[in-house]
Amino acid sequence: MNELLRTLLFLPRQASTIAEEIDTLHYFVIIMTMGGALLVTLVGGYFLFRYRRTAVQKHPERRMTGTTPAIWLEAVVVVGLFGMFIVWWVIGFWQFMAIRIPPENALEIYVTGKQWMWKFAYPQGANSISTLYVPAGRPVKLVLTSRDVIHSFFVPDFRLKQDVLPGRLTTLWFEAKEPGRHDIFCTEYCGVSHSTMRGEVIALSPEEYERWLQGKSPQPAVAGPVDMRPSSVTDYAPPEPVSMVRQGERAAAEHGCLRCHTLDGTPHLGPTFAGLYGTMVPLEAGGSVKVDEAYITESMMDPLARIHAGYQRIMPSYLGQIRPAETGAIIELMKSLRDVRPKPGASEPWGTVTVPETREGGQ
Amino acid sequence: MSQATIDADSRPNPLGVGADHPDYLRADSGLRSWLLTKDHKRIALMFYVGVILFLGLGGVFALVLRTELLTPEQTFIDANTYNQMFTLHGITMVWLFMIPAVPTVFGNFVLPIMLGAKDLAFPRINLASFYIYVLSAIILLGAMLAGGADTGWTFYVPYSTTSPTAVTWMGIGIFVNGISSIMTSVNFIVTTHTMRAKGLSWHRMPLFVWATYATSIIILFATPVLGMSLVLLALDHAFGLSLFNPRYGGDPVLFQHLFWFYSHPAVYIMILPSFGVISEVVCSFSHNQPASYRAIAYSSLGIAFIGFFTWGHHMFVAGLSEFDAGVFGALSMFVAIFSAIKVFTWVATLRGGSISFATPMLYFLWFLFLFVFGGMTGVAVATQSLDVHWHDTYFVVAHFHFIMVGGTLTSFLAAAHYWFPKMFGRLYDERVGLLTSVAVFIGFVFTFLPQFLLGNGGMPRRYFTYPERYQWLNVLSTGGAWLLGAGLLLALGNLLLALKWGKRAGPNPWGSRSFEWITASPPSKHNFEETPDIERSAYDYTLSEEVARERAKAR
Repeated sequence: MNELLRTLLFLPRQASTIAEEIDTLHYFVIIMTMGGALLVTLVGGYFLFRYRRTAVQKHPERRMTGTTPAIWLEAVVVVGLFGMFIVWWVIGFWQFMAIRIPPENALEIYVTGKQWMWKFAYPQGANSISTLYVPAGRPVKLVLTSRDVIHSFFVPDFRLKQDVLPGRLTTLWFEAKEPGRHDIFCTEYCGVSHSTMRGEVIALSPEEYERWLQGKSPQPAVAGPVDMRPSSVTDYAPPEPVSMVRQGERAAAEHGCLRCHTLDGTPHLGPTFAGLYGTMVPLEAGGSVKVDEAYITESMMDPLARIHAGYQRIMPSYLGQIRPAETGAIIELMKSLRDVRPKPGASEPWGTVTVPETREGGQ
Repeated sequence: MSQATIDADSRPNPLGVGADHPDYLRADSGLRSWLLTKDHKRIALMFYVGVILFLGLGGVFALVLRTELLTPEQTFIDANTYNQMFTLHGITMVWLFMIPAVPTVFGNFVLPIMLGAKDLAFPRINLASFYIYVLSAIILLGAMLAGGADTGWTFYVPYSTTSPTAVTWMGIGIFVNGISSIMTSVNFIVTTHTMRAKGLSWHRMPLFVWATYATSIIILFATPVLGMSLVLLALDHAFGLSLFNPRYGGDPVLFQHLFWFYSHPAVYIMILPSFGVISEVVCSFSHNQPASYRAIAYSSLGIAFIGFFTWGHHMFVAGLSEFDAGVFGALSMFVAIFSAIKVFTWVATLRGGSISFATPMLYFLWFLFLFVFGGMTGVAVATQSLDVHWHDTYFVVAHFHFIMVGGTLTSFLAAAHYWFPKMFGRLYDERVGLLTSVAVFIGFVFTFLPQFLLGNGGMPRRYFTYPERYQWLNVLSTGGAWLLGAGLLLALGNLLLALKWGKRAGPNPWGSRSFEWITASPPSKHNFEETPDIERSAYDYTLSEEVARERAKAR
């Protein structure tokens, strides 16, 4: 049944774990839509025929001018329809939450959209352009950003899409069911070559994926050419893959992040990166926020928007200063420090500390 | 089939409108009497010419696009031309045809007559509104010639702020266009409130007036937001203000919020007047009162209200939070409820009527299918998890063409045929009318049904080239588009021929009870010889035609 309807409706393969479930709702919705439209039109057409003027002249009893509408009937129909729509909404919303919230153990890969290509950076240091390698049977979380205009990352076989915005990070997750290759399209109009901004996802078996990551003759049956050119993370091409954590340290040092933030939990002007990722921090304006990709990016681009309670409002904006890929690398650095215990007092307010003359960290 | 026509022709002219009261077409002559007219009927005709010209222009753009998509790679235009072409197609169709079409032509023509008024409340503003529309069209056409724009009609930033094309001028053109629609809607609101004939209470008004009134309210509240966002966009583009450019701290998603806050209600600006037309057509041709007058009238207001709270459903994958997406999804479903109330009420109105199966009625049948299918797919794309797959694919293209174009075009054609005798005093050829109507419908379905499947298959919109597996559906769609174009040309030809050679229509060829038919066809310069005094509702088919006329005296 699934295969029949999928073929009839021209839907692509169901290559992710979520695809079949979404398609089931899709079938229901489309069948109701088709059926509803046909039913209403046929009833209308039947009335046109049955109550056509000549027929009414022959059977005057058919004429019912001024009949009052059956309010109860309208109420039943409206409440019934409303119920149906609410069911759609509940299922659709529930699935949407499942699409949007990645599992904790997801493998993270950074994606940068750029007119007109996709660049992928893997935490272990490998890079690729236009071809995304992922292990099958394991949840993968993509962290996406754009260098120029809005793009949108779409894999029809996975039933997944996410806009890719400049200056912000968005996320997307999926689990490919088995090894295979799948189209990537850009679906947000982004300029003259928009329709050629395509790529592919290649799902490899976990062993093949490990081999590919290490750069060892990654030529499984399904794979295309592996592109190891300098890519999103480092524009200064490294001779060999450098892990994103290492790149993050370099970027953090270059941009002066370590003048105020420490990596080992030592209290300083800004919150230490040690053990910070994934925690809830109190905000100056009240409430609290989880330190995730979105909050970290916001804190780099617009530091004063939601500032960690107890710290001075001294951080400058890095918008336009820091490359999207470096943002990803710094986040990866912070993730690598998530289990480092902050030194006592690290989360205490620091209003009284004076700025030291020089401090070159991390070198 | 043409029963009503024969009745009307054999009846002596009951209004005694003859040589002493020349109709509005002949009341004055000379170019000046047209260009400087303050008569709402003549202004309506000038708008008529304008919107048909732009429907033709937008249609030509559409055919060029469809022909280009016959093959997966380049067919006959390059990518740059293609990208500009779909932008111009969108802008022309949305702002120069669909938004103004029904209100400025048919609203202008029949609304004052339906209310028993001599003219709109502000005849000079009405004329100014026409010239501002022309001015906006000139600016937009000029911008097209001076480099065009390739942003799509949605102008998403930061692409639009960095695009080297004439985005600023496009924005200005649309801003000016907005002024024109605001002026028309103010005119309609004031006229409806202050110029109803004696005895014409709100609940006796024809439903077309309610629909136009609700539309005017949306225009009044939503259009300034669009104007403002386009001004900000133009400042961004021309002077680097950077409200929306993230490189300098702007927020690109803010523009999407502002844009859709207008452009989602704009969908109802396009479709609500159509609801009014359909209500009139259904009642007139089935000789029946609406199954529930209040349901149709108030659901228009309901749509006008709820329409402002649904814009976020365009942005489920643009980084909206899960909670926001949930709220916008649920709110969007309410619009479907109000629309369903209308659909069921129209169909129920047919039941027990005495239906003459004329061309406008056939367009009503097509409208039912396109509107229900298009509307239900709208609920489908408001379902978050499904929208993730469909967003920005051809499914969405097919959906909004079904509901907006299908709805507006079928009702525009229904109105063009239904009010043709009123506007020109002649009857079009019924057989050709029915035939063109069938051609338009088949062409339409063949154009857009394959696009739903293309969207399911994952083909993104605004694609100049596409993978080969999508080709056969694109070929079907292009074939449908050519048929649709041919059908529209035939319909135009049929009406143009009837202008000169059509049979003379009596004042009320359809035997309608609506008030615009109590005056002569075509009406005299001031619509009525004497101000009418209305003592019945617009749909009182319990009365014979003579009594009905007596109870709405217009001598």
